[in-house]
Amino acid sequence: MSVRAGVRSCLALAAACVLLDFAAAAEIPPAERRSGYDLMGRETRAMQDDDAGNPGMLWVLDGEALWNKKAGAADRACSDCHGNARESMKAVAARYPAFDAALGRPVNLEQRINLCRTGRQKAPALAFESRELLALTAYVGRQSRGLPINIAIDARSKPFLDAGSDAFHRRQGQLNLACAQCHDDNWGKRLAGSVIPQAHPTGYPLYRLEWQGLGSLQRRFRNCLSGIRAQAPDFGAAEFVDLELYLMWRANGMKIETPAVRP
Amino acid sequence: MTTRREFLVLACGAASIAAATRARAQLDPNQAALRRAALQEAVRKVTGGAQVRRGKVKLELPPLIDNGNSVPLSVAVESAMTPLDHVEAIYVFTEKNPLPEVVSVYLGPRAGRARMATRVRLADTQTVLAIAHLSDGSFWSDSAEVVVTLSACLEEGLI
Amino acid sequence: MARAIVNVPSQAKRGEIIEIKTLAAHPMETGFRRTQLGELIPRDIIRRFVCTYNGAEVFRVDLHPAVAANPLIAFTTVATESGTIAFQWAGDNGYAVTETASIRVE
Repeated sequence: MSVRAGVRSCLALAAACVLLDFAAAAEIPPAERRSGYDLMGRETRAMQDDDAGNPGMLWVLDGEALWNKKAGAADRACSDCHGNARESMKAVAARYPAFDAALGRPVNLEQRINLCRTGRQKAPALAFESRELLALTAYVGRQSRGLPINIAIDARSKPFLDAGSDAFHRRQGQLNLACAQCHDDNWGKRLAGSVIPQAHPTGYPLYRLEWQGLGSLQRRFRNCLSGIRAQAPDFGAAEFVDLELYLMWRANGMKIETPAVRP
Repeated sequence: MTTRREFLVLACGAASIAAATRARAQLDPNQAALRRAALQEAVRKVTGGAQVRRGKVKLELPPLIDNGNSVPLSVAVESAMTPLDHVEAIYVFTEKNPLPEVVSVYLGPRAGRARMATRVRLADTQTVLAIAHLSDGSFWSDSAEVVVTLSACLEEGLI
Repeated sequence: MARAIVNVPSQAKRGEIIEIKTLAAHPMETGFRRTQLGELIPRDIIRRFVCTYNGAEVFRVDLHPAVAANPLIAFTTVATESGTIAFQWAGDNGYAVTETASIRVE
């Protein structure tokens, strides 16, 4: 099934190439921006809205336990510095990726958590896509649910925003497609049976039905890149964080949905 | 030789399958035939060849789903759910999955309502079948057709 | 690790039909998937879910690989008396999880 599905999606994408509007990628007007939530079926939306039925909540609960668990040589829990996450982490996920002065570049929420783990807790960093890191990121993200994305760009972060924008608009991969061609120009249309979303990362980490598990935005990037037959950077790569910064900035004002559910 | 009862059960199954073949089938004909036979055998194991009538059962699935890995399913049976008149069990089957059984639900008067909701995997566009076993020994059924599409951007590696 | 989430009303009137929602953390590995090298990944699923009300079984489900990962099971039961509603999941490789909820019935 995997080869057939791969060939089928490849051919579908190739066919889509022919039909795609090749005019310069036009940004989506703010009034027309829509979350992937609006493009899903009624039952999938209900799955996201109901905490008792949203599988992402299993990771959020794990995250809550980890938040309160002492770790590392410093024998410190997140709660020892940050107290009650419901208050201290409110609106935090909504402003990530954020510029880190010490590193001189933006970091995403996962990296921020690991900076705390290694720097403050003196514990080893959590592996990307590990259950622990996903759980903590989902738990922190959950505290911003319903709040508007709020990425502030200044002179320091502007070059990284531009790099992310370039990546979004640049053709790549064997199928020579740019993200913008699907997500700016052809959102709402169907690709191999799925509706193309506008690609606003409002709900990450999210429970993707295709994964049957919770995963990060970078995991989703890698799926897209494999779809257009492009070489995917490793988790945590600078290019990924730049792209994440651009996409979050592009979604400024839209509400956080973490943990979202998506097909 | 097929008895009249067996014929009715098979006809019941075949009628719902005939309806589903209107949708494009993705299984090769041999595999589809084997799985259909497995479905009929699974139904026979539960009913013992008894007659299965359409009615009383309401099987709900979205007609077009976002992803076959997780399809919301709910099944309800009209019943007073009293000690003398209730639903003993509800069995859900599929026509094209590698295995025909999905869930077997065992209730009783303490359930209050003969109703259950879950999320299932559907391998292909197909018919889903629910059979209820009532306390008076009768079997009732309902079926629903679902169109299943594949995701556009799959993960490299596993399926 | 959160193994299950159960949603039960904390109180009800005697005879009232209450809605129960349960969600279990489990990959429900079908046994039909293969690795990139073509090796079959062994089946590993929840086989049975049982709900008991003060020890008496009120609802039971036999699950098969066709049930989605992180299974949701939603059902109803009659609030007969105050006490404990218990939920047990059992499956392959010794998987066994129990959750309980208290209910006050007037």
